[in-house]
Amino acid sequence: MELLLEGLKKAIEMILSGDPEILEITLLTLKVSITAVLISTLIGIPVGMFLGLARFPGRKFILAIINIGMGLPPVVAGLWITLFLWRSGPLGDLAWLYTPTAIIMAQILVSLPIVTALTSTAFQQINPKLILQVKALGATKLQLYWILTKEVKLAILAAIIAGFGRVIAEVGAAMMVGGNISGETRILTTSIVMEVSKGNFDIALALSFILMTLAFIITFSLTYLQQRKRSL
Amino acid sequence: MITAKNLEVRAGKKVLLSIPHFELQEGEVLGIMGPNGAGKSTFIKALALLEKPSQGTIFLKGKDITNDLTLDMRRRFAVAMQQPLLLDTTVFQNVAVGLKLRKLPRQEVKQKVAYWLEKFQISSLAKKHGANLSGGEAQRVNLARAMVLEPEVLFLDEPFSALDFPTKVQLLKDIKSIIQQTNTTTVFVSHDLMELKFLADTLAILMDGDLKQTGPTEEVLASPNSSTSGFINDWQSLLN
Repeated sequence: MELLLEGLKKAIEMILSGDPEILEITLLTLKVSITAVLISTLIGIPVGMFLGLARFPGRKFILAIINIGMGLPPVVAGLWITLFLWRSGPLGDLAWLYTPTAIIMAQILVSLPIVTALTSTAFQQINPKLILQVKALGATKLQLYWILTKEVKLAILAAIIAGFGRVIAEVGAAMMVGGNISGETRILTTSIVMEVSKGNFDIALALSFILMTLAFIITFSLTYLQQRKRSL
Repeated sequence: MITAKNLEVRAGKKVLLSIPHFELQEGEVLGIMGPNGAGKSTFIKALALLEKPSQGTIFLKGKDITNDLTLDMRRRFAVAMQQPLLLDTTVFQNVAVGLKLRKLPRQEVKQKVAYWLEKFQISSLAKKHGANLSGGEAQRVNLARAMVLEPEVLFLDEPFSALDFPTKVQLLKDIKSIIQQTNTTTVFVSHDLMELKFLADTLAILMDGDLKQTGPTEEVLASPNSSTSGFINDWQSLLN
C-alpha cells in the first residue's frame, strides 16, 4: 500500500515538475498509439465493411485468418516486423528498425485485425432488407455505404476502442522493434518494464499511473462519443 | 404506366416468378394477393428496379427500362416495406433521408418533410428517435418517407401486416385518402383480403410465381377462375 501511495505521489510530482523526459515519453506514446489506431481505423473499416457485406469465394477463410490475427501475440508481430526491417530484410533499406515508425508498424499489426474483424461482424448483422430499403430510397453505392456505416457506428466505435486498448497496452513488440532507446523510441510501457528491471518500483508505478490516465481519458472520450444520448 | 412482358426471375435453376404479361395504368391502385412464397415481394423488387429480372422486358411509359437499373430510374419510384426499417436517427431525419440523398436544398427538404409529417399526423414526433416509436407510428414514418419522394409509382409491400386492428384501420383510411388526393399509381402487396378490398381498384392473384387472375377487385372476388377460386373462397369464408 505504501509503495502504491509512493508511486502515486511520484507520478503527481513528475507531472507537476514537467520533467522533460517524462513529457517526451508521454508524447511519443500518444503519437505512436494514435497514429497506429488511426491507420488501423482507416484500413480496417473499409476492409471490414467489404468483408461484412460482400459474398465471394474464400471470404470465410479470410475472415478466419483475420480472427486469428486478433489473438496474434505482440512478440510474434514484433518478430515479423523486425525480420522485415532488418538490414538484410525486404524493407531493410528504409532503415526504420529502432524508430517510432517500426513501433507504429508493429502496433498496426496487432490492432488492425481487431478493428477489421469487429467492423466486419457489425456489417454482417445488418438486416439485408435495410440495405434494400436504403437502395429503394435512391441511394448511390457510396451513399448506401455511408448510411450503413452510420447504422453500425456504435459497433465501429467499440472496434476502435478495442484496437486502442490493445495498442496502448502493447509492450513486447515495441520493445523488440523500437529497442527502448532513450529520446528515440522509449514509450511508457517499455519505460515501465525497464524501471521494474532496475528495481525502481516507484518510478514504474508513477509511469503506470500516467499510462492509465492517458488510456482512461482517450477511452472515456471514445465511449462518450459512442454513447451520446438519443433524443427522445 | 408500367408494362412487363415475359418477366422471369430465377434463383439458380428455381423459377421464382414467370409472368407473361402485366400492365399497370397511371393512377391505378393495384392490389397483389397470394399465399406465402407466391413471389409477391420478388415481383415488387423486379418492378421497382431493385432486382434485375433473369428474362423479360419492363416498360415505363413505353420506354424499355429492363436493363436501365440506373439511379435516375430507381429514384422515380418509392417502396415501403413490411418492416418500417427506420434509420438510427430522428423521425424528421428518417423522412428527410431520400430527399437528402437527392441533394435537395435544405429549405426545400425542411418544407417537404414538414408537409408530409403533417399529412401523416406525426408532426409531434419529428424530434423523437425512430427506435422509440410504436409499431403504428413507425409505419406512418415509413409511409411518409416514401410519399415525401413524390414517386411516380408507390410500392407497398405488406406495410400493415404487423399492426393491430384499430391502428391498421386508421392507417388504411389515411393512406387511401393520401393516394386519392395525390393520384399516385400504387402497387400494394398483401395477403389480407380486407386490406385489398378497401384499398385496391384492381386485384391480381399471384400464385406459384404467376398471375393467375387480374381484374377489378370486386369482379375478381365475385368470379374467381378455376386457379384462384380455392384461395379466394377460403378468404371469403373467413371474412363472412
